Amino acid sequence: MDLENQRRVKELSEQYGAENVVVLLGAAEGEASGLAAETVTLGDPTYAGPLAGVSLKLSVYHICEPEVKAEIDEAVYDEQISMMEMVLDVDDICGEMNAIREQL
Amino acid sequence: MGNFATIRGVSYILAAAPDMVLHNGTTQTTERIVNPESEYLGQIEGHLRSYEDVLAYIPNQVYIGNMSNEQLRETAFPYYDKKAAEAKRQGKFGEIMPQDEFYALMQICDVFDLVKLEAAFAQGAKAKLAAGGLLREEQLAILDKNQESGEDIRRLVEEDHAEGLYNGGALVGAVKRAHDVDVNLSAHVMLENLVAKASSVLALLHLLKHTGIDPASVDYVIDCCEEACGDMNQRGGGNFAKAAAEVAGLTGATGSDVRGFCAGPAHALLDAASLVKAGTFKNVIVTAGGCTAKLGMNGKDHVKKGLPILEDCIGGFAVLIGENDGINPIIRTDVVGRHTVGTGSSPQAVIGALVTDALDKADLKLTDVDIFAPELQNPDITKPAGAGDVPEANYKMIGALGVKRGDLQRAELADFVAKHGLVGWAPTQGHIPSGVPYLGACREDILSKKIRRAMVIGKGSLFLGRMTNLFDGVSFLVEENPGGEAGSETTAGSNAAASGSAAVSETAVRTLIGEAMRDFAKTLLSE
Repeated sequence: MDLENQRRVKELSEQYGAENVVVLLGAAEGEASGLAAETVTLGDPTYAGPLAGVSLKLSVYHICEPEVKAEIDEAVYDEQISMMEMVLDVDDICGEMNAIREQL
Repeated sequence: MGNFATIRGVSYILAAAPDMVLHNGTTQTTERIVNPESEYLGQIEGHLRSYEDVLAYIPNQVYIGNMSNEQLRETAFPYYDKKAAEAKRQGKFGEIMPQDEFYALMQICDVFDLVKLEAAFAQGAKAKLAAGGLLREEQLAILDKNQESGEDIRRLVEEDHAEGLYNGGALVGAVKRAHDVDVNLSAHVMLENLVAKASSVLALLHLLKHTGIDPASVDYVIDCCEEACGDMNQRGGGNFAKAAAEVAGLTGATGSDVRGFCAGPAHALLDAASLVKAGTFKNVIVTAGGCTAKLGMNGKDHVKKGLPILEDCIGGFAVLIGENDGINPIIRTDVVGRHTVGTGSSPQAVIGALVTDALDKADLKLTDVDIFAPELQNPDITKPAGAGDVPEANYKMIGALGVKRGDLQRAELADFVAKHGLVGWAPTQGHIPSGVPYLGACREDILSKKIRRAMVIGKGSLFLGRMTNLFDGVSFLVEENPGGEAGSETTAGSNAAASGSAAVSETAVRTLIGEAMRDFAKTLLSE
């Protein structure tokens, strides 16, 4: 995850409390989604950014995961996301996301 | 309506730049500042390709027109470990210039005495450059001015703030700073800008050669690279276009620069086509040189995965846009896609604005477009760096939107990608991949009636300049010329001219003449 984004995630969770923050990802494939999810839960695996060694344990989902889809107005989801849902390997993304959440 | 501008010719050039990867690519220069002892810097030299390997690289041969996109598609991925059967320097669209000759060309393009070359190196490069036959005698004679010894060059770099030019690891020249305080005229910036200018000039010279157009008849040049030239009081003051036009001998031209990150070329082509269609100018060239900063941009990933550094060439292209001749493919400036301020940033909104909104205006379905040319980055470069296959991702998005619109069935998606898409081959030089690399083959495919219609899609990431978070892009259709100046009567979706039977019969005659000339052009092409 981009170092600037790591800093912003860290600041927002300090400001609002980690329990009040949900991170929503839009990465294009599983590996990148998993890395981003790991960064905001267990800490930056590359040890390069502000979240290196910082385990925020934030709630994190990918926009294409069914849990998120269920929360969003169907018409809005259709207009904004459904095309990418067709393009992305959603099963792979969900698998990577679940694997990270299982480690928490 | 009608009377659309036409694509008269296209050139593509590469300049091999292995030493520039080390000394001028930002991934490497940044690493040298941040982590000078890094493992990467120690390994990188072993991953640089020879000029022969650069020539034999299949995507490079596709870029200069010696191999087709079909041949690339038939090549098993990855490409870096395969070699072209015939690795040639010259192609029908341009050439792949070796680094030493490119340094000499930089000096020929430098009018402020900033480029210094070691005397013997300059003479060697001059002889090679002369053999190419692109440059005039008086231009080659510029290389005779070099009196500097290797020691003189070393002193310029070590004691006088010059940037070194290296060849095979040896210091062979330098680019001096153009001001002692102004950072915009520093040696670093001057080198970057002279590389952009020289590669644009090389593309222009090839375009002149391939089209045979009288250089004096070019009215206007638009540069669409991603560099900025100017001093501290006008950082992007500009006009790379006119500077390159001067060296290329376009004495009747003025010009200007158009910028839009990776979408720059698509914007510039729309501008050029509109200027010609409006009758403001008859012949407009869109040109762009390449970028030193992006050399070896993904080098860390390539080295980590045991690949050669694949981003080792400066890229360039030029396109001649002329009046409607009834033969060459037209640019449909009435069917233009735009990502506007209000479009939104979701991929769905972006593709909708750029692709389907434009087609709707012409009452066309996605499947009416034979080939889509979005960003055509070579996946050999982007995949190992975790950026995926960019053209394929674009085709999937376009196809998925087509499914949503009912233009095709979901089961047809994979087939759509293969049938209406291209396999990426363009070097990742920012503005270079953005649709434009297909224009050369596109012109030929349309002239030979292999396809009728293509869509060029330029996209740009404006956030990189930190002035806006907005995305950007424009697109346009390139179509078979319906023949005749009036142009649009047989073109789907445009307003048919209803100007009476006399006009119609004149159009019919023009169409016949146009078809005859097109067939003639086809026989010329097949030779």
